[in-house]
Order: sequence, then C-alpha cells, then structure tokens
Amino acid sequence: MLQSIIQSLQYIKPEAALTGTFLCAILADLIFKKKEITAGVVIAGILVTAVYVFQQIGESTSVFSRMLAVDPFAVFFKFLILLSALIIVFFSLFSNEVNNNKRRIGEYYSLLVAMAIGMFFMVGASNLLMMYLSLELTSISSYLLAGITKEARDSAEASLKYVIYGALSSGLMLYGISIVYGLTGVLDIYSVNSVLAQGGTNTITLLIAGTLIVAGFGYKISAVPFHFWTPDVYEGAPVSITAFLSVASKAAGFAMLMRFSKVVFIDSSVISLPAGMWATIHGVVWTDILIILSVITMTLGNLVAIWQDNVKRLLAYSSIAHAGYMLLGLVVLGNDGFAATMIYFVMYLFMNLGAFYVVMLVANKTGSEDIETYKGLGSRAPLLSVSMAIFLISLTGLPPTAGFVGKLYIFAALINAKLIWLAIIGVINSVISLYYYVRIFRNMFLRDAEGEQAPLTFHFAHTFLLLVLVVPTLALGLYFGPLVEFAQYSVAMFGVK
Amino acid sequence: MHVTLTHYLIASAILFSFGLFAVMARRNAIMVLMGIELILNSANINFIAFAHYGGMHLDGQMAAIFVIILAACEAAVALAIVLNIYQQFNTVNVDEVDTLKD
Repeated sequence: MLQSIIQSLQYIKPEAALTGTFLCAILADLIFKKKEITAGVVIAGILVTAVYVFQQIGESTSVFSRMLAVDPFAVFFKFLILLSALIIVFFSLFSNEVNNNKRRIGEYYSLLVAMAIGMFFMVGASNLLMMYLSLELTSISSYLLAGITKEARDSAEASLKYVIYGALSSGLMLYGISIVYGLTGVLDIYSVNSVLAQGGTNTITLLIAGTLIVAGFGYKISAVPFHFWTPDVYEGAPVSITAFLSVASKAAGFAMLMRFSKVVFIDSSVISLPAGMWATIHGVVWTDILIILSVITMTLGNLVAIWQDNVKRLLAYSSIAHAGYMLLGLVVLGNDGFAATMIYFVMYLFMNLGAFYVVMLVANKTGSEDIETYKGLGSRAPLLSVSMAIFLISLTGLPPTAGFVGKLYIFAALINAKLIWLAIIGVINSVISLYYYVRIFRNMFLRDAEGEQAPLTFHFAHTFLLLVLVVPTLALGLYFGPLVEFAQYSVAMFGVK
Repeated sequence: MHVTLTHYLIASAILFSFGLFAVMARRNAIMVLMGIELILNSANINFIAFAHYGGMHLDGQMAAIFVIILAACEAAVALAIVLNIYQQFNTVNVDEVDTLKD
C-alpha cells in the first residue's frame, strides 16, 4: 500500500509543481508586494509545470489506487489548461480592473493557480469522489475570483450567483454519486462500469442518478438548463476571469464528462461496431441525454445572444452555444467525435480568449463593455478592430479561420456516424450566430463614432499579446495537420480500448 | 422497530427534498445556503447507510468524511461572499441582488 503510494507520487509532479507555485505566489506577494514579481513567479511555475507535463507524454497508467489516471487524454487537456492559464496571467497584468485593487493582487494570482490545480485533477480523475472533490476545488477558487474586485457591485453579485448555482449543482451531483454508489457498491469508475455491464441494475434509478450527475457536469460546461449563472457571472466578473472560466474551466469540465461517458456507460463486450466506435450498456440512454443537452444548449445560447447589448454578456451566450457544438462531438461516442471536440477546444482557446482580450482592451480605454462603444472603432483602432473581426469570423466558423476547421471536424464526425440531422441543426445554429457577431462587426466598421473620436493607442506589449492570439487563429485555419494528429493520438484513455 | 436501509434512504430523500425546496423557495441567501448544506448531508446519509448495510468497503464512509470537510470550506467561502453582498447592497435577499440585466 505504502509502496504504491510512493510510486504514485512521481506521477503527480505537475500538480505538485503547481501547488509549489501557489505557495510561492503567496510568499512572493508577502515579501515583495509587487504585481510583476508575483506574476513572474506564477509564469515561472507554469513553465516548470509544462516541462513536467511534457515528460508525461506517452504515459498511460493509473495512480493512487485508481484515483487518478495519467494518460494521453489527461496530458492533452493539461497542456490546454496551462496554455490558457499562461495567457490569462498576461491578460491580468494588462487589466486595469485587476490592477486597481492593489491589496488583493497576490490572492488573485495564487487563486488562479489553485483553480489550475483543481482542473489538473479534474482531467485525470477516475473515481467519482475524486471527480467531485476536484470539481469543488476548481469551483471554490473560481467563486472567490469572480468576486475579487469586492468594491464593484457587479462583481459581488456575480460571485453570489455563482456560489449559489455552483453549490446547488455540485450538491445534486453528489446526491447522484451517492445513488450510483448504492447501486454498484463502488466509486471507482472502471468498477462502476464492470458492475453495470453485468446488468441487473434498476434502469430508472440509474437514469435519475445519471441525470443528477449531469447537473454537475452541465454546470461546469455551462450547458442549458444548468447555465443560469453563466451570463451574470461572465458579465460581473473581471474580464480576465471570465475568459479563464470560458476556456479552461469549460475544458476541464468537458474532459471529466468525456472520461465519464467513455468509461462508465460503455459496453466493451460489443464487438460488432467499426473500430473506434463504442456502444452504451443496454438500457442506458446516455446518448439521448447528450443529444437533448447539446441541441437545447446551442439553440438557446444562440437565440438569446441576439438580444444582448453588453459585449461580455453576448460572448457569455456565445460560449454557451459553443458548449453545445462541442457536446455534438460527444454524442458520436467514438474516437472521431472525441478527437473533434478536442481539436475544437484548441481553436476555441485562441479565438475566445482573443475576443475577450479585445473586450478587455476596449474596456481599459473607454471603461465600457457596451456594444455602442464599438461604433467607429474601425477607424479609431484599426489593428484591434481587424483582430476582433478575425476572432468573430472564427467564432462563427467561416473559412479560412481556426473555428472553421474545428466545426468541420465535428460535423464530419456526425455525418460519419449517420447523424446528419444533428449536423444540420449545428449548421443552422452557426448561421444564427453570424447575426449577432455581425452586429459587433457592423458597429466597428460601418458606424461612425459618437462623441470621442480620438484614436486609441496601445502599449507595444498589449499589441504583441493580441498578435499572439490572432496569428494562431488564422494559422490553425490553414495548417492544422500536426494538431489533428496529436488530438487523435490523445483520445486514448487509460483502462479503455 | 427494526431500522433498515430503507429507513435511512427515506430520511435522506426527505432531507434532500427539504434542501431543494429551501434553495428554490427561500429568498434569504443564508437560507439558500442552509438548503445546500441539507442536500450535501442527505448525500452523506446515503453514503454511510449504503456502506453500512450494503456490506461494502469503507468507500462510503470515506466519501462522507471528505464531503463534510468540503461542506465546511464551501460554507466559509459562501458566507464571506454573502457578507460582501450585505456590505454592498445592505440586504441578503437574493431577489433584490439583481442589477445584472437579463
């Protein structure tokens, strides 16, 4: 027992490095009280962690009595989380909203790292209890981060709504887990799967438990009808945190949901299917639940986004809609679909962080996130506006941008799985989304500025970070071979074929 | 009366329903948080009852201990947030804390 724990320790080097970073960030803040030093410590910690994650490439094992899996799938998402955390640290350095509360800068950066630790455990968790605990670790840090600018009423309200919806959803999930425990007698997801595969489980009870567990996942990925917190929290929280929640937190939630779907409800004894496709255990309607979730998520997200005048809120609904597209990849229940979702996530990281970054830069200069502020931005800040246009085109999913490639792989996976009607719903939704993205586009380029006309100028570093996000958004639309190969390789999870 | 697993499950289901009702119907943020605590504890009863009567391993007992610790952390954070809301809005009524538009 002790031996196996000691052996397991070497596999959590990335998490240990992040925990070290968390502590060092607090210390650095206490000693130096300078935001550049605290952020520098966090950046260094993220880079060290990246090295350790790099060493895990190719590993496929399970550690701590099958609590955590270290496999290509987890490694892929760990890279995704680290990359977005790194970009968010730079966002925060440039954000007036964050820098204005000097006293809490240290807490801000250390909680950011704490959130990343939670996400690292989420992507690897292979035990229902571990899933719940890591979800809560991420959530509790994010409740605090959403309200970090305590003096702002919006921020306080955002954190209250987040904590109520978050705690309720995770409570429902826990109740669902307790029922699954009663049905199967185990918490380890591989054992849950083998008990369920033997049959004889009451399907109605299992359906209720499954639905309750979906509440927890649905809240984390902001799927309808567990999305109520999303618009308010995204609008009220500082932009850097909104961006982090919309990418990294969602990615971790998806990773957990994907592992759960692939391990728990799959019947590995069915061999009549083509390679890389899976069947659910007889009597489990998991695919139907995912289809319903994904269709209502993208439709509602897109339809409500049309009426929004606050750009942050608009992007919040757009991110709900994107969760719907990504769920389409899970519906396929095959390696193709999962790889498509993972590819989509990389594209989504650049384009969504980019869009939020532009919102932040505009808010820094004008103090407003209203869509009216964007009038005439095309002439006041040409580079910024063109970049925003590229991000929006990519979010819509038009070529030659990254978003197009992401959607292409998802729809291709659906068509291969003979779910053409779902692909059509997806395409119709993309067309609807074009309408509200074009509203920002139109305000920037076709309307004249009202009031303030002076051009906006940005610091060199700010422009550089913008380019760091624009270039991949364009480049990944044209050259994506290695990424696709890496995603297809990373679909492999420990313990399932 | 002989207490069986069913009794525990019914007690936990009732507790869960009360918790859910409190979250849905109560407008005072503190009451909502108490409702959430009830939900967490109903799950705890389930875990322990299953572990005890199902002849299962200690997984359930262990889960309950973790959940108790987590509930404490969550309550600490949530109460801090409610305190901050009170300072900003002078109320803890969740309906009145609604400045972000729909």
